[in-house]
Amino acid sequence: MSEHIVYPRVYIGIFLVLLVGTVITVLAAFQDFPGPLNAIVALTIATVKATFVVLYFMHVRYSGRLIWLVIAAALFWMGIMFALTLSDYSSRDWLPITTS
Amino acid sequence: MAEGLATTEHEPHAHPALQHHFENMEQQREAGTLGMWVFLVTEIMFFGGMFLAYTLYRYKYPDAFAVASNHLDWKLGGVNTLVLIVSSFTMAMAVFSTQIGKRRNTIIFLVLTLVLGLAFLGIKAVEWNTKYHDHLIPGQLIPGNPFNPAVAQHGDTDPHKFHLPEGVSVRHVEMFYWIYFIMTGMHALHMIIGAGILIVILIMAWRGKFSPEYHAPVEIFGLYWHFVDIIWIFLFPLLYLLGRHLEGH
Amino acid sequence: MEEFTIQPPRTNYLNAEYGIKSWLLTKDHKRIGILYMGAISFFFLIGSLYAMAIRLELLTPQGDLTQSSTYNKMFTQHGIIMVFFFLIPSIPATLGNFLVPMMIGAKDLAFPRINLLSWYIYMLGGIITIYALLAGGVDTGWTFYTPYSTTFSNSYVLATGLGIFINGFSSILTGLNFIVTIHTMRAPGMTWYRLPLFIWSHYATSLIMILGTPVIAITVLLLAFERLAKIGIFDPALGGDPVLFQHLFWFYSHPAVYIMVLPGMGVVSELIANFSRKNIFGYKFVAFSSLAIAVFGFLVWGHHLFVASQSVYAGMIFSFLSFAVAIPSAIKVFNWTATLYKASISYDTPMLYALGFIGLFTIGGMTGLFLAALATDVHLSDTYFVIAHFHYIMVGGTLLAYLGGLHYWWPKVSGRMYPEGWGRFSALVVFIGFNLTFSPQFVLGYMGMPRRYHTYPVEEVSWQVLHVLSTAGASILGIGLLIPLIYLAWSLRYGRLAEANPWQLPGLEWQTASPPPTENFIETPIVREEAYEFAPPETKEVVGKFEREKPFPFYG
Repeated sequence: MSEHIVYPRVYIGIFLVLLVGTVITVLAAFQDFPGPLNAIVALTIATVKATFVVLYFMHVRYSGRLIWLVIAAALFWMGIMFALTLSDYSSRDWLPITTS
Repeated sequence: MAEGLATTEHEPHAHPALQHHFENMEQQREAGTLGMWVFLVTEIMFFGGMFLAYTLYRYKYPDAFAVASNHLDWKLGGVNTLVLIVSSFTMAMAVFSTQIGKRRNTIIFLVLTLVLGLAFLGIKAVEWNTKYHDHLIPGQLIPGNPFNPAVAQHGDTDPHKFHLPEGVSVRHVEMFYWIYFIMTGMHALHMIIGAGILIVILIMAWRGKFSPEYHAPVEIFGLYWHFVDIIWIFLFPLLYLLGRHLEGH
Repeated sequence: MEEFTIQPPRTNYLNAEYGIKSWLLTKDHKRIGILYMGAISFFFLIGSLYAMAIRLELLTPQGDLTQSSTYNKMFTQHGIIMVFFFLIPSIPATLGNFLVPMMIGAKDLAFPRINLLSWYIYMLGGIITIYALLAGGVDTGWTFYTPYSTTFSNSYVLATGLGIFINGFSSILTGLNFIVTIHTMRAPGMTWYRLPLFIWSHYATSLIMILGTPVIAITVLLLAFERLAKIGIFDPALGGDPVLFQHLFWFYSHPAVYIMVLPGMGVVSELIANFSRKNIFGYKFVAFSSLAIAVFGFLVWGHHLFVASQSVYAGMIFSFLSFAVAIPSAIKVFNWTATLYKASISYDTPMLYALGFIGLFTIGGMTGLFLAALATDVHLSDTYFVIAHFHYIMVGGTLLAYLGGLHYWWPKVSGRMYPEGWGRFSALVVFIGFNLTFSPQFVLGYMGMPRRYHTYPVEEVSWQVLHVLSTAGASILGIGLLIPLIYLAWSLRYGRLAEANPWQLPGLEWQTASPPPTENFIETPIVREEAYEFAPPETKEVVGKFEREKPFPFYG
């Protein structure tokens, strides 16, 4: 078998990271950061947590290129969906509407 | 199957779990793992559609979303986040235990995962029940109990009521709640399906089906379980915490 | 005489097991392909009946066959049945199911039980949709635009939506199965660049199925919630946004066009190379253009929203990207024609369909550019020009490729030959009937005839002339489609027995018996040659890194 065995000490480490991440995200949510920074902080922490789950709990760090490619494809296509849809909504008021 | 052709049979010492159309266990495991990952891609796109709707309406109605979100119970949501993280950890440990062939540990960790999953669903049910009593279930989803939140009038300081800022309509609060219910509902549905599969895996583990040579089902199910956890990792801040920093204003 | 001829014991996938149960519980990809073939033929028949009714109604300017409300249901149901229950599963679920494992030298798809499940899911979705049609039908157009579909329509939107939602999962599971099979189950020596182009195009198709279908699932689900619970997801009166529905809908439904046509391109690549007895010109370009179409196909959906209050700036991006998607399609057409150049072509029935495909797909693709241009789209949007354009792609493309593939692999599927003369004749009838049906509609659309109307002004005499031509063409097309149905059924019993390799071709699927045994190959094949290798090895020489054919005077 070519599979990789991840040992409990790694799992415990990741588990602690996730716990700390959850506490930080709650603490940060109650601070009033300027502008859209609250949302950015929240999403960054969530992304970091998710990355740890994917890399270690889901063994992607030890998987072949194909699995990486599959994940990249999913994120890329979700990016397409968001970017092109929001390109419509965000540029709607660029053109001033003149009514007579 | 009526093959009757010697060359299509596997060698006599092939593992009993090897299916007829695979050459060896390695190929079977690889196919299963890739299959689950490709399935998770479809899940990402499925939830992606909902996240897109969320993004758009939060961008359109930021104030209404903040007010509506602050009426969710972030403590229950936070506890549920912890519950899921622990269950992800026990699931990972269950995979480790099968890999090294510890049947007893596998069963213990799978049971723990199941109990935590059910605990998550229980807490969710408590939350939804509160929303039901506060008439916060959007539209006319429940006949006889349409969306009808208590809105504070001018000068009313009851914190239980919705204090809508200038220009915010109760319709836009409802927009938040349908997103909340559909996203958490779809997530809970995935948890329920996961719990069902987990029971099957548990029975297989109980019967001693798994060994260091064959444990792909535990591993592949683990991928699903962690994925559902990841969705919640995003849902928690996006739904429960989005307007907390405005609470004092 | 029978008892004196010595025949090897011949079990194949068709006679390995008997009885209805052996079919309904089969895990053999070939039998599941045949189950799908039966099912999609049934849905095609229903969809065609609606098409006939539509063409009959449009024969005259007055609405003398149906009322507008009935007509709305007819074109809606024609669209829903044809798109979701015929075109999308047509080639992948039948020919793809049958051939993908055989062409890569595998015993079955990676997940045979999931494959069978996908058929049951398809049937369940189909039955629910048929129920919706019988209960009273649906009149929203196959696009289900909100808020009409959520708030105003009094037809069976929920039941139809449920049918489509369920059907989507069968598509997802088929795509998943193909991707995993192509990645993990190729025979020894079957490298990526030795894969037949049919496999490349099915791989690209599966990508779209995996990445797009979940989005239509969530869209239909949201639509159902809105209709059921009066939530303002897409309803502007309740704060929702109807254009969001269109974005989500077309995020899937535009790429879905490529789900329909990419497998057709795969079939045509096979046919062109094999009936020209030549390696395809620019194999890698054709292979990667499939993937390019799968990617670019997801970047263009906004051209359906040019007149739907989408931002003009987004419209410009979408317009540009829509022009870009024409490039990989054009690469394919150029490479096919380059393959034909100086080839020894045999004009058998499948090849006739393939040549027809190239012509019709080119017209369909070129007219798409009119619609992708921001300004001309304003004039042509929602007219018969659009109808003609997408029928040239979907019928002229997908249906012709499906028929071509069906004839080509018929000996392998059934173990019998179809009658060649009738085959060529009906291919010709289909081609003439098709063009007569849809080319007048380009003109009609350009003159201003809107889609989804069952009457048109009596004063516009030329409109009626064009409609009559179109209806006449539809009748010819109908006959052209009935002939193969009859002779293919006839050939099952009376057709000449097929050899293992009736066309003398190098593809793996031809290196096993016709019909093949249950596990496809007696021994797992080992692949030593490139795809479409017709030149005998002694005619080749190695020059540096490359292998090429020896110049003529030096061999033989």
